[in-house]
Amino acid sequence: MSKLITTSRFPNPDEAYVALVDAHRGRDAEQSAALNARLVLILANHIGDLDVLKEAIALAGARDRGSDGGVS
Amino acid sequence: MRKALYHYAYRRSPDQDARAPVRHPVVVVGAGPVGLAAAIDLALRGVTVVLLDDADRIGEGSRGICYSKRTLEILDRLGVGERLVAQGVTWKLGKVYLGDTLAYAFDLLPEDGHKMPAFINLQQYYLEKALVDRVGEIPAIDLRWKNRVVGVDRRNDHVRLDVETPDGRYRLDADWVIAADGARSAVRDLLGLGFEGLTFEEKFLIADVRMAADFPTERRFWFDPPFHSGQSALMHRQPDNVWRIDLQLGPDADVAEEQKPERVLPRLRRALGDRDFELEWVSIYRFNCRRLARFVHGRVIFAGDSAHQVSPFGARGGNSGIQDAENIAWKLAELMQGRAGGRLIESYDVERMQAADENIGHSTRSTDFIAPRSPAERALRNAVLALAPAAEFARRMVNSGRLSTATVYETPLSTPDQDRFAGSAQLGAPAPDAPMRGRDGRAGYLLERLAGAFELIHVRGGARPDVPAEIKLTVVGEDLSDQGGLFAQRFDATPGASYLLRPDQHLCARWRAYERGKVEAARLRALGG
Repeated sequence: MSKLITTSRFPNPDEAYVALVDAHRGRDAEQSAALNARLVLILANHIGDLDVLKEAIALAGARDRGSDGGVS
Repeated sequence: MRKALYHYAYRRSPDQDARAPVRHPVVVVGAGPVGLAAAIDLALRGVTVVLLDDADRIGEGSRGICYSKRTLEILDRLGVGERLVAQGVTWKLGKVYLGDTLAYAFDLLPEDGHKMPAFINLQQYYLEKALVDRVGEIPAIDLRWKNRVVGVDRRNDHVRLDVETPDGRYRLDADWVIAADGARSAVRDLLGLGFEGLTFEEKFLIADVRMAADFPTERRFWFDPPFHSGQSALMHRQPDNVWRIDLQLGPDADVAEEQKPERVLPRLRRALGDRDFELEWVSIYRFNCRRLARFVHGRVIFAGDSAHQVSPFGARGGNSGIQDAENIAWKLAELMQGRAGGRLIESYDVERMQAADENIGHSTRSTDFIAPRSPAERALRNAVLALAPAAEFARRMVNSGRLSTATVYETPLSTPDQDRFAGSAQLGAPAPDAPMRGRDGRAGYLLERLAGAFELIHVRGGARPDVPAEIKLTVVGEDLSDQGGLFAQRFDATPGASYLLRPDQHLCARWRAYERGKVEAARLRALGG
């Protein structure tokens, strides 16, 4: 059974999205990629559940539509 | 393409022949939707108004097309709501597509029992025509076409305006000036006031086309549509078989080049498929999200686009302007009729700057989502779109515009709740509508029965309350009956509960039981204390 939660959990999802966008403002592509990597590690540890992490990896990997996620 | 639809004649005013400038209580500058609404609202409240406009016609392009439920409730109070709803296209469903796949749909008014729909689409010139017709029925408004303000002199207790007309210049004095003269406000320039905020580099093609099409009556938005690859598109239905199409063009689009028919028509043909259409209006836009630092400058008050500007995603421009007009109209009337002091006018700044910030925030976030500003932002946006079909949390982040709803004012005019209330009614927000039957047995709605004054809605629970003379009393269970129970639900009403509404229908205080002293104190507080 799936343990990964994909329903929305933020009361205001727009604010969560903006917080992520703001974190990238003023960073170049390499810095952004590094930030994302650190963010993934921090959040993965916060979740602390290997089953959930593997499900999240599978969901993210299944959504590949070309190199940049589809829309350019 | 069609030019002006309605022409109005310049007429010489006796003020132009006066030896000294004639003084008026209120001069409104700009006869667009905001200035017209402000003038009508003031006049209905007993204030005479001179309304100046630099043009003599309306109807060049449909411009604003979406009018929200709250705006329609205001326009209904002004006497044109039913006409506009009959004329407009009512809609409440929005759909967002990724490519040609539906990502999600939203319903803007999922509950029944409101007189006004969630939204109508209507060309701005029809709204202006309805308001100008309404002005014609109101003797207290003197509407002067071809009167351009070219000078603003702020005096101690009034404002002196220089006005240019086809017969030359004249001067006019006003106790108060409402500057509703749009994004390129002359009054703002004459006072030397600048904006704070953002201009987006992204360019958008906005076109109105006339065609017979059986597309659904919905707001349809595409990210990366097959007909406009790599960009976004928005399609909206208007009356008269006119359709609004917005196409994102990217930051590098050439504004002059993109307006040429040989560029526009093939783009539209790709979007509309193999059908005949006639181009009504086309424009290329860059959007601003910005506002003045303050809207009240002594006796000059800014309302609408002269005070704040947003991108069109969310329909927050015209709607917020009309809500500005409603906010200032009752306050000026209370002040001029001696029932309030200058602090009430300051509350216009508090309440409408809160609304402007909310609108600018939403509109900026939507524009950023539609047109990401950096490769990292674009990667994040694309990740949201890629996850949207599979994950609900990502669908909730897809932002093609968050549509205008009324601001809930955090305002010193509200008396904080001492009793607990559930329901959808909120302090600082417009009262929710509900079906109500009158004493005459006629079915109708709560909001259309309100007098536009301070009004106490009391739920019958004993004797009829002895409200202060300045407050109109409506007793639910006597004057109005809540037949469907929706009033009780939305206001969490119990016998004896009392709700004080401001003249703009906003809830400013409520109690589980009526007490005259508390009601009078709440009214004084809502007048600025």
